[in-house]
Amino acid sequence: MEIKLWINDKLITDNVEPDMPMLEFLRDKGCYSVKRGCETSNCGLCTVWLEGKPILSCTMPLMRANGKHITTLEGLQNEAMEFGAFLADEGADQCGFCNPGFIMNVLAMERELESPTEEDIKEYLTGNLCRCTGYMGQLRAVKKYIEHKRGVKFDG
Amino acid sequence: MADHKAVNKPVRKKDAMALVTGKPVYCDDLAPKDCLIIKLLRSPHAHALVEDINTSIAEKVPGIEAIFTYKDVPDNRFTMAGQTYPEASPYDRLILDKRLRYVGDPVAIVAGENEKAVDKALKLIKVKYDVLEPLLDFRKAKDNDIIVHPEENWRSLCPVGADNKRNLCAREVSENGDIEKAFSQCDVIVEETYHTKANQQAMMETFRAYATKDVYNRLTIVSATQITFHVRRIVATALGIPKTDVRVIKPRIGGGFGAKQTAVMEVYPAFVTYKTGKNSKLVFTREETQTASSPRHEMEVRVKIGATKDGVIKALEMNTLSNTGAYGEHGPTTAGLTGHKALALYSRAEAYRFVYDVVYTNVMSAGAYRGYGATQGMFAVECAVDELAHKLDMDPARLREINITKEGDLMPAYYNETANSCALDRCLDRVKKMIDWDNKYPARDMGNGKIRSVGLALAMQGSCISNLDVGSVALKVNDDGFYSLMIGASDMGTGCDTILSQMAADCMCCDVDNIIVQGVDTDSSPYDSGSYASSTTYITGMAVVKTCAALTEKIKKYGAILLGCDEKDVDFNGKEVYKISSDEKISLKDIANSSMCNNPNALYASEGHASPISPPPFMAGAVEIEVDKETGKIDIIDYKAVVDCGTVINPNLARVQTEGGIAQGIGMALYEDISYNEKGVSRSNSFMQYKIPTRQDIGNVEVEFESSYEPTGPFGAKSIGEIVINTPPPAIANAVYNGTGVRIRELPITSEKVYKGIKNED
Repeated sequence: MEIKLWINDKLITDNVEPDMPMLEFLRDKGCYSVKRGCETSNCGLCTVWLEGKPILSCTMPLMRANGKHITTLEGLQNEAMEFGAFLADEGADQCGFCNPGFIMNVLAMERELESPTEEDIKEYLTGNLCRCTGYMGQLRAVKKYIEHKRGVKFDG
Repeated sequence: MADHKAVNKPVRKKDAMALVTGKPVYCDDLAPKDCLIIKLLRSPHAHALVEDINTSIAEKVPGIEAIFTYKDVPDNRFTMAGQTYPEASPYDRLILDKRLRYVGDPVAIVAGENEKAVDKALKLIKVKYDVLEPLLDFRKAKDNDIIVHPEENWRSLCPVGADNKRNLCAREVSENGDIEKAFSQCDVIVEETYHTKANQQAMMETFRAYATKDVYNRLTIVSATQITFHVRRIVATALGIPKTDVRVIKPRIGGGFGAKQTAVMEVYPAFVTYKTGKNSKLVFTREETQTASSPRHEMEVRVKIGATKDGVIKALEMNTLSNTGAYGEHGPTTAGLTGHKALALYSRAEAYRFVYDVVYTNVMSAGAYRGYGATQGMFAVECAVDELAHKLDMDPARLREINITKEGDLMPAYYNETANSCALDRCLDRVKKMIDWDNKYPARDMGNGKIRSVGLALAMQGSCISNLDVGSVALKVNDDGFYSLMIGASDMGTGCDTILSQMAADCMCCDVDNIIVQGVDTDSSPYDSGSYASSTTYITGMAVVKTCAALTEKIKKYGAILLGCDEKDVDFNGKEVYKISSDEKISLKDIANSSMCNNPNALYASEGHASPISPPPFMAGAVEIEVDKETGKIDIIDYKAVVDCGTVINPNLARVQTEGGIAQGIGMALYEDISYNEKGVSRSNSFMQYKIPTRQDIGNVEVEFESSYEPTGPFGAKSIGEIVINTPPPAIANAVYNGTGVRIRELPITSEKVYKGIKNED
């Protein structure tokens, strides 16, 4: 089937199988940050944005994105570096395999929630599994990042 | 040696920015685009023989390159366990076998140009199975009429008490002192049986590897593995080819936790590329990773502990029954740790006795998972000690204070080693303060149908496999004086590339950034047993220290030549080699650059390390939980932990190791459970059924360090990687008892079990 969409603001037209999952297509197009951790929409590793909203690309048919904009971490490199530095400074990057999906959701949260509390953060990110860190280091990084962006101490 | 500039500092991981920006650094990101896609046809039966298999129709599917069955593979039995040769794990596998031993055992290998063709071919393979009765209850396995491995070419390479005709993978008896006499002196004895389940490591990157042929026609395997060098031996053994023909490379890997200490699937792409000459790759689905992998051994552990009425523990006895499943990977060695590690927490007892049996059954093979048997033993012993305290009407913390191993104690159960560095008493003292034990023990009724209670547990582990593990590194001086550190240990996200560089930086008196690190490629990296048994910091770290000392001598020697004096008259401060008696000096930069011109002596050193002892790290963990009396639901409120891992090489990475291990331990304690139906089919084949903790499930985890100084470790360090998973199961079980009076002796401690316990008490 003919498809026309934007990946990281670059227009792409292609001919694809109708059952092509979005994740496979994105990796075929060189977006290797998009990872698969399960096949059942449980782990959050494959998180990308469709029209600016986080979705799970492993179970999303590509055709649903026809005429739309997909954003992956490849398209958010400056923000990835800015938040990623906080994650790295906690040692909470660890194996790194869940990092891209997690960071996509952190950056989506930053756009969506004005002043999240600690509970808001945990709830927003709860679909992003991580087996290395036990989540505490990620939470420290998110809080410090929010403080850095807001210029005030995190009080959530 | 100068003061620490890098060691004990929270240095950022060297690969961090590549990881957080999503760079293509993992196995499947690097695989050539033209790889044949491999999938495995798997047995639907727990126990069966392949009576007939017909692949002729499947082979006609367009795009199919090759289909292999048991008829096509060598008859060389091997083990997938990543262990030093000769392995303790029996040689009980073939790449494909006529006998199928669990639901999921591979029946055929299909390789094709794309996934759709392979999927279609899988459906068209016709198999006639002779279905046999499976052996599913590990308590009935020993000497059962059903034999899991009746084959004549089954081999055990080490004297571990294995006997395939009895379904025995291993058996051992060890003891010290007169156990009968010691028990006869006890006023109070507790004897109970504890049951721990199989758990999945559930690392986010599933098992995967790809294979290619290199310019010399050698087989190259790029694998997400913790055991790069062992994979070379395992593949060569399985394929029956010389080890010279195999090269293994480890890229970044997405977590391991022991899962990737077994070469779960490397032999399949290796075999396909060996046979076809074409690039091939195999990426396990999560379903395969859940059902055909290398989880924790299910164990039943009977513990008998006796004490005087004053609370002096006199005798400990442990009987472990371990379920290794269809194959024996890590079977003998994990069972040993249940007693040798857990009983050594209480080394002051007069006598101990420890017996274990490891049995085959028709479920997926077990393997290595963080804690490696010690976790199972620690659950049993640390619950039993609490039960003993309650029988003595004593605070369980107090009973531990009286009896725990202290610095300088001989540990008979722990291979007669002495605790040269041990801050367990300080860990316990501090964790009590952190959780406010004296005020909160045992419980508070919150008045809203909920009870808050506390529980604690202790743990130890090792820092390597003594007299066995080998670590070696190489270090060389490059242009302008920067160093290359080449290591054979596999960084699996834990940060060993970085912490070994920190050690090298301090030894060479330079910045961490002045050291580049490279690993692992079996063609060029110095030999390392691999990243397991908590050994990298302790063993490979000492190899770094020794290598740096050797290279320093070479730099001094060459510097002295350039200064025109004797090497005894110079010293090296990291920046320059200088004459002790005068102002004459030459910079490392000048030494490095001149070493590349008319210099026959390489500024290169490589040293190895092994250890006759394995100094244990120690730990105390304490939890506060809230139990809902109406539903049995357990919420973790706070988890406090204090670890003695000797000198902390990198506080951030050690903290995250601890927090991550505790979260895994909470999952193991509360809900992680690989279970099977009556036909041996897994009920836990996805993250839908097998739930691991989310960030909303772990409460608030707080970690502190109470360091001892290990004289035989690099900079005084011991290990951290495994011990951290051991305290949550017993601490939470003890907290549940302290809150509800319900003693759960079988993991996981589900709400249903707690609810039923509360109802039975009423």
